[in-house]
Amino acid sequence: MKPKKDIFKVANKILKSRLIVGTGKYKNFKETAAAVKASGADMVTVAVRRVNILDKKKPLLMDFLNPKKITYLPNTAGCFNSEDALRTLRLAREMGGWKLVKLEVLGDKKTLLPNMIETLKSTKILVREGFKVLVYCTDDPLLAKKLEDSGASAIMPLASPIGSGLGILNKVNLKLIIKNSKVPVIVDAGIGTASDATIAMELGCDGVLINSAIALAKNPLLMANSFKNAVVSGRQSFLSGRMKKTLMASASSPKKGLI
Amino acid sequence: MAKIQLNGKNIILKEKLTLFDLIQKYKLNLKKVAIELNGKIIIKKKFKSTKIKERDKIEIVHFIGGG
Repeated sequence: MKPKKDIFKVANKILKSRLIVGTGKYKNFKETAAAVKASGADMVTVAVRRVNILDKKKPLLMDFLNPKKITYLPNTAGCFNSEDALRTLRLAREMGGWKLVKLEVLGDKKTLLPNMIETLKSTKILVREGFKVLVYCTDDPLLAKKLEDSGASAIMPLASPIGSGLGILNKVNLKLIIKNSKVPVIVDAGIGTASDATIAMELGCDGVLINSAIALAKNPLLMANSFKNAVVSGRQSFLSGRMKKTLMASASSPKKGLI
Repeated sequence: MAKIQLNGKNIILKEKLTLFDLIQKYKLNLKKVAIELNGKIIIKKKFKSTKIKERDKIEIVHFIGGG
């Protein structure tokens, strides 16, 4: 049974799946496309990079994932300051007319944790320029609120550092961010396995973004499908409203008629 | 002849080219790239009328896989 009217909307865009997937770290574009299909995601993140002018036969992502059929969400991965992030997203917009973008401004090369000062600054500028910005951020409830106030279309707090697979480190903070946010909250980064995604959804997140956990699994296609189910499961569990926890047992079978 | 920097590489163009010609020369798909000329984004409509000059710094980008 599917819950009725459970619509996932990001910046006026209705998405069928609450699972968004990244397209990096796969063996080749064929595997990327197959994993995206298996995940059921209708939005994928992509990076902006220099064209390899010397290798004319190099395959193109767009030949494997049709941007007319699947929503491309350009990111600013690898940008360590506001200037580079803005430059990247302006180029992305020029490339295909995408206004919906994912902003991430990194602050530290080892942890890839976001530089929130530059992130806030960039968000304000991008919103002024008409972008719809999904913002990668720390799991700090106050900063998440500041991003929302600055016009972010979605808040994307990390579960743990990018590519770490450590899962959700601070459930309480995530819960606070969700509680305070009027825009969608999408957990981005650090999810390691399907159950992490279910927990994120059970906390009340609107969606999750997964890349490494699928791409680096021994069987990426099976893992993509596993995440598809995990996200649906977690969402349904959240909507169902879980039972209360008690310290003592409560028998499931009636006492009446006991022999 | 013009010495330019294309995607970080020094390149010598023997003939006079526009940005549109450059895309053709490298067999790129107009729809799948964006160009920055000396730090400024050039809109696609202006590729044909934008002539490449000596010491121009050109960046041609596209989408690749990323998380």
